[in-house]
Amino acid sequence: SSFHGSVWVQMQTVTLIPGDGIGPEISAAVVKIFDAAKAPVQWEERNVTAIKGPGGKWMIPADAKESMDRSKIGLKGPLKTPIAAGHPSMNLLLRKTFDLYANVRPCVSIEGYRTPYTDVDLVTIRENTEGEYSGIEHVIVDGVVQSIKLITEDASRRIAEYAFEYARNNQRSSVTAVHKANIMRMSDGLFLRKCREVAENFKDVKFTEMYLDTVCLNMVQDPTQFDVLVMPNLYGDILSDLCAGLIGGLGVTPSGNIGANGVAIFESVHGTAPDIAGLDLANPTALLLSGVMMLRHMGLHQYAAKIQTACFDTIKEKKVLTKDLGGNSKCSEFTTEICRRVQDLA
Amino acid sequence: MAAALRGTALALAKGLGGARLHQLVSRPLSVSASLCGSEAPPARADSTFKVTMIPGDGVGPELMTAVKDVFKAGDIPVEFDEFYISEVQNRASDERLEKLLDSMKSNRVAIKGKIHSPMENKGELESFEMKLRRTLDLFANVVRVSSLPGYSTRHNNLDLVIIREQTEGEYSSLEHESVPGVIECLKIITREKSRRIAKFAFDYATKTGRSKVTAVHKANIMKLGDGLFLQSCAEVAELYPKIKHENIIIDNCCMQLVQNPYQFDVLVMPNLYGNIIDNLAAGLVGGAGVVPGESYSAEYAVFETGARHPFAQAVGRNIANPTAMLLSAANMLRHLNLEYHSQMVSEAVKKVIKQGKVRTRDLGGYSTTGDFVQAVVENLRHPPT
Repeated sequence: SSFHGSVWVQMQTVTLIPGDGIGPEISAAVVKIFDAAKAPVQWEERNVTAIKGPGGKWMIPADAKESMDRSKIGLKGPLKTPIAAGHPSMNLLLRKTFDLYANVRPCVSIEGYRTPYTDVDLVTIRENTEGEYSGIEHVIVDGVVQSIKLITEDASRRIAEYAFEYARNNQRSSVTAVHKANIMRMSDGLFLRKCREVAENFKDVKFTEMYLDTVCLNMVQDPTQFDVLVMPNLYGDILSDLCAGLIGGLGVTPSGNIGANGVAIFESVHGTAPDIAGLDLANPTALLLSGVMMLRHMGLHQYAAKIQTACFDTIKEKKVLTKDLGGNSKCSEFTTEICRRVQDLA
Repeated sequence: MAAALRGTALALAKGLGGARLHQLVSRPLSVSASLCGSEAPPARADSTFKVTMIPGDGVGPELMTAVKDVFKAGDIPVEFDEFYISEVQNRASDERLEKLLDSMKSNRVAIKGKIHSPMENKGELESFEMKLRRTLDLFANVVRVSSLPGYSTRHNNLDLVIIREQTEGEYSSLEHESVPGVIECLKIITREKSRRIAKFAFDYATKTGRSKVTAVHKANIMKLGDGLFLQSCAEVAELYPKIKHENIIIDNCCMQLVQNPYQFDVLVMPNLYGNIIDNLAAGLVGGAGVVPGESYSAEYAVFETGARHPFAQAVGRNIANPTAMLLSAANMLRHLNLEYHSQMVSEAVKKVIKQGKVRTRDLGGYSTTGDFVQAVVENLRHPPT
């Protein structure tokens, strides 16, 4: 615990995974901004390159796992998946290790970063363990391939419960289940049934259902009609990227993954950008906003609001912006500006 | 351009060539006058083309009425064979399907509304629309997404073509409950159908003078399934050296479509992604009410709207936008070689949209379907010189 002003605040440990490419520099930027905000966060930096454990199974390093199991909260930068490494993608490995079943992406229009879509304020919650990404595929005969989409009652119920709890905890008024149950009658039908059942226990949150194609049609015409969206894996992948596109792309979109044992890993979803790595040109906004999401998850709303306001104000001012946001400042300059604003807001 | 499209249609409809030519030859010579182009006055055909009409559910019947009204006002020599088929209203028996197929076999061309697929699992996993598509083997769905002059959206001057494989993929209707609470749904991708749709896409691009075909996939996750699709597209692309071939992952494609849709030209993809992108692109230019679409098989051509929704909440309120269906009807007339009439209808519709005085609710106006049809009919009687 540390003394903040007039009150003792419990320091919470967070496992920081800087990642590859621009990962280290944007992580450093975020740490600096959190410092300036005096957020009660103690960082434990860990590396997650895959190692082969006993029995030949690929796993993340033991110290990383131990740190995460202890702290329960993680902040992760972009990880690269080398093509011929022989091991599955790191993101997949993390997902399996901590049973990260819910991927949450709040998409809020950033004032100051203009896109053709203004007033976007929605959250996509995607089931992240099964569905179309089960990875079960086989060649039946030469030229005929079968991919299996798996929907289970447990996973559907779990994600629906998370979605409604999220809506309740974050004062969101409605949850919409996105599906294609008119075509995939059994599988999406099961998903929808579970959502309906869970909705019964959350009468304070409005529940609606909408076909995936109707959602896409309406999303690009009027995104303000949507609030919280819950859906299976593939639809979630597509819709969350669609919504990220509405607010300006992956460089400004935060993301969080919630796991089964209270573990939550927040991450930026853009790539490692190896071409600008180490040149102080990267934009830390996505990782910073993920950090803000993390603070909210930890209950540190005050600090979250301060950092978010500072970040948005900086972008709104348009004086100090990184290249991808339309300016020509360096990452360090952008970071310093945000730190300055955070300190002013304190 | 029209000739190019006509060429495409004729090239594809292998069976069409034989039967249709016979039909045309057996007609009086006056019909051939309509092939001369827009300079010659419309020839009064002594016999009419027969087209199968399936109004479908929701606002389908209202839209078909609009088409019929416009055709009547424009003296268009097309007669409709109507079939009222609906899965939700229990009018989807096998006998009806048989009758419909007989009609299709003689007419070869159809205009169709959306037959709604209900969610309730009444024991039948395959929706009626899917059954119809598979029986007629309507493997290619083409949606031409172009911005309407006079109606601006967030992205103007768009001109995309979306080609979707319509008979396999995620809509295979093969599902089972392995143990209670665990359901498997099979997605089938075959090399044969992937090659077929890829060839269709490249042929279409060649005939209409397009420069690039982009395959949309998720092969980084579904390595075997979408990998096979991608491979088939690449193989077919080698036969068309003049057309650029690229590929893009579906989630990135959706993001790019809302940020910079101008980078795309022709998009080809399997079933589900096609459903998503059709609707997304329709939303970009104004919604489901303004985008026409068509489905092709080797023998049949079915004309419908691009984004297929029954729009049940608008039934009986006279608010549906008939633009998409009218433009699709105009495409159908072109397919039937009634070029003059096709131009007449599509010009009239586009003129009404451009003038902006009569607009239905989805385009921000207050006019009814009837008002819009009336306006189109007015423009038919006084065609722009």
